[in-house]
Amino acid sequence: MSDSNELLSLTLAEARDRLNAREITSVELTDAYIDAMERRSELNAYITPTPEKARDMAKASDARRAEGDAGAMEGLPIGMKDLFCTEGVQSTAGSHILEGFTPTYESTVSGNLWNAGAVMLGKTNMDEFAMGSSNLTSYYGNVQNPFMAASGGNQPLVPGGSSGGSASAVSGRLAIAATGTDTGGSIRQPAAFTGIVGFKPTYGRCSRWGIVAFASSLDQAGPMTRDVRDSAIMLGAMAGFDPKDSTSVETAVPDYEAALTGDIRGMRIGVPKEYRVDGAPAEIDGLWKQGVDWLKDAGAKIVDISLPHTKYALPTYYIVAPAEASSNLARYDGVRFGLRVDGKDLNDMYAHTRAEGFGEEVQRRVLVGTYVLSAGYYDAYYLKAQRIRTLIARDFQEAWGSCDLILTPTAPSAAFGFEDKADDPIAMYLNDVFTVPASLAGLPAISVPAGLDKDGLPLGLQLIGPAFGEETVLRAAGVLETAADFKATPQLAA
Amino acid sequence: MIENWAPSDMPICCAVGCAREVGAQLVSLGVNRYILAYDDEGSLRRKVPKMAYTVKGETGDWEVVVGLEVHAQISSQSKLFSGASARFGAEPNENVSLVDAAMPGMLPVLNAECVKQGVRTGLALNSKVNKRSVFARKNYFYADLPQGYQISQYEEPIIGEGEIEIDLEGGETKNIGIERLHLEQDAGKSLHDQSPTKSFIDLNRSGVALMEIVSKPDMRSPDEAAAYVSKLRSILRYIGSCDGNMAEGSMRADVNVSVRKPGEPFGTRAELKNINSIRFVRQAVEIEAKRQIKLIEGGGTVDQETRLFDPNKGETRSMRSKEDAHDYRYFPDPDLLPLELNDAYIEDCKATLPELPDAKKHRFIDDYGLSPYDASVLVAERETAHFYEKAAKASGDPKAAANWISVELFGRLNKSGVALVDSPISAEQIGALIGLIKDGTISGKIAKDVFDEMFQSSKDPGAIVEEKGLKQITDTGAIEAIVDTLIAENQKQVAAYRDGKTGLLGWFVGQVMKQTQGKANPGVVNQLLRSKLDT
Repeated sequence: MSDSNELLSLTLAEARDRLNAREITSVELTDAYIDAMERRSELNAYITPTPEKARDMAKASDARRAEGDAGAMEGLPIGMKDLFCTEGVQSTAGSHILEGFTPTYESTVSGNLWNAGAVMLGKTNMDEFAMGSSNLTSYYGNVQNPFMAASGGNQPLVPGGSSGGSASAVSGRLAIAATGTDTGGSIRQPAAFTGIVGFKPTYGRCSRWGIVAFASSLDQAGPMTRDVRDSAIMLGAMAGFDPKDSTSVETAVPDYEAALTGDIRGMRIGVPKEYRVDGAPAEIDGLWKQGVDWLKDAGAKIVDISLPHTKYALPTYYIVAPAEASSNLARYDGVRFGLRVDGKDLNDMYAHTRAEGFGEEVQRRVLVGTYVLSAGYYDAYYLKAQRIRTLIARDFQEAWGSCDLILTPTAPSAAFGFEDKADDPIAMYLNDVFTVPASLAGLPAISVPAGLDKDGLPLGLQLIGPAFGEETVLRAAGVLETAADFKATPQLAA
Repeated sequence: MIENWAPSDMPICCAVGCAREVGAQLVSLGVNRYILAYDDEGSLRRKVPKMAYTVKGETGDWEVVVGLEVHAQISSQSKLFSGASARFGAEPNENVSLVDAAMPGMLPVLNAECVKQGVRTGLALNSKVNKRSVFARKNYFYADLPQGYQISQYEEPIIGEGEIEIDLEGGETKNIGIERLHLEQDAGKSLHDQSPTKSFIDLNRSGVALMEIVSKPDMRSPDEAAAYVSKLRSILRYIGSCDGNMAEGSMRADVNVSVRKPGEPFGTRAELKNINSIRFVRQAVEIEAKRQIKLIEGGGTVDQETRLFDPNKGETRSMRSKEDAHDYRYFPDPDLLPLELNDAYIEDCKATLPELPDAKKHRFIDDYGLSPYDASVLVAERETAHFYEKAAKASGDPKAAANWISVELFGRLNKSGVALVDSPISAEQIGALIGLIKDGTISGKIAKDVFDEMFQSSKDPGAIVEEKGLKQITDTGAIEAIVDTLIAENQKQVAAYRDGKTGLLGWFVGQVMKQTQGKANPGVVNQLLRSKLDT
């Protein structure tokens, strides 16, 4: 028996080892988290906490362990982003239109985690339909970042988005780890804002089946964890080929944890000049330089590279993603499930349902997406964006000729206040400037907490690898993590 | 003004008992018919001269231009992108998977069987198989379209250009170009008649695999349009990629019709949606062409629009005009990878194709000496062709077998509403019957009576002939005795004959046949009568 605070401070790997050593039980660990969730409910990290289910799962896990049948995530209590459909548990995607929607099926990734023994604490809050970089677009309220700015008074800060609930939960110790999904940075940016590790694997590495679709060609699930080792362990449990997802890739899942050798001697790290943006805080640039030095000190070779089409990535993303979203969200029509607001005829019912069911940001993107696919605009927008997307992917392809990984900042700023960018969608979109290129190219990219800004807020560094180069990414991320030695504890941690 | 050309307008059979007529020019009310000529065996051989189908309007002759989009449901166990059953006739919403209902997070997975059937169909339509094709989303909102889009193929279909041969009246053929074939999902069904205030949705069809087969605008008459659909249906049924059941909606046609003065560019077309019988295709083209001509000659212009053909009222009505046409916002479906096929796969598909109707038709013409018309009738259904070949082999007289089947058997089957598979007469029995005629056991006339009996009882022809004593009398002595008696008893007629009324020969023949209940060999009777009367 350990005290609750000690349990909450354990990383996933540490907890796993303590569980394996029979020093703690899953029920104890889970109870500590359920208690923490109650104590820190003001973070609003969860849309639907599932404490009873968690206790049942923890008990079942302890029983399995007693039988000698323990999976890779056995007994570890995690948060599940509310974009994953979970059987018998409300799955809202952060939207009013899916309020009360309880799937009869389990997403492949969440199913993989339960099969590996994980325990579900609840469904975490998120930007509506994963559209946002702040978690301000959730129908179920803002999520608060557990970090507070030293000079900000008591102003609440955003946790980033769209996986803001997962980020806040892991950072604030309301979950030992959580799932995220990343379409343009939705794992990495909130990870950076909340001082945790967020890993978006290669597109096709994790099945999208059962994840509410935002932009199908970009969406990818990944782990959000306290450290890099936890990320390796959890990704191993999430990943795998799924015949139900035609875009999932049939390739074996390696032992990611074994990739954490700490040895990156001779590894070539590319530093792209295009990621230096005007107006970014000097601390961001400083941290980036620091990161370069850390890797160099560990024996890596630093290579200056160019990714010439980087500046087009953000506009390209904000055409491709809304285009796909406008079509993916057409099924939320009030006919079969979720919200229905009646009208005088079918079209009227559609209009009422979607006007009431979708928030402002979702409506904005559906409109943008509909526009760029319209007759007469398709070539100028969607088709051109697809061509540029190909060029962006080619930039990376060429870069891999001279480097093994690419190091960049994760986001152009630290976490901001609830009100700071609420009225300016473009300023909000700029949050994704460093994360979007890897998304467009489908590449694995991780954010590692690497330092604090002048207000004591976490900043992250991003490592991007070639397709299915997850092991290399994790190895270098581990080295970066060791060198950065990020220890800050959020003020609002449970 | 167009008049239906029912098959009874002109006998075009070449079977036993066929009238030998020389075709006449049938020009009725401004419609130029094909001019047909028969050869001396009663078979249609050629058209002389060939004249185009035109419709006479107040300002002169108009040409009709027709192109078709045929939707054919693939005969597969499960749907195009889900594992739900594609069976027809289930209870509402019985065959609906999570994917078909477009539940959140569901993803399509392409059904390999549907791809195979699409490729086989493309090959059977002599069309190019595209090694790379792309599924695209066609976006529109409707209550029976759960995804809010239909997965189809747009810029890169699985099958490209080709052509098929259609069979026209009189054994003529014409090549019709195929523009493309693509795979797509069907939508569900809205039921508006179940409640006064609510509509109901049945998603059984949602996601069922369709092939949309698009022709080039190569047809120039209602008959050509009908013949195209017939041939398409025949080919699909031959290879088993679609059951061709138009009544159940497994095959339905969107018919694009425009009119023009001969030699002018294409006119604006109207699209007639969801026509579900070959007869209606023909009618719809006729009626729509008339409407457009009347409209243009009255100073109006044809709108590019979607129209509904109402066979009860014999009219077409506007469904929606171009102004409220959907902007479908097609784009490649990001849930599906481009479909890539290699040569080996295409060859494998090719190897599964049976002999196709046209190849069979040409073989029947070449090997069995059939007329193009007879051959085209006999190959239209694979089962019929198979039945025919069995009968032809059993009889040793392929032409006679063709006549007996296409006229006598089909006539009786049609009249009694029995399908060929349930025919009371087997192919072997037809062969045996022809054998009895050939070896002189029975006459052609008696054979028809035997055939009637066979149709009733399914008995073998030999047994019927035996039982009923229908064996032909070829015994010259027996016939001669009858002839002698006849001449002795009818001196008045004999005198008239010898005075030059030679037409009385028929009367004498008839009397002999009457006395023998038709069993006397007519050749022997003729010969004996002549020799005795002419001396």
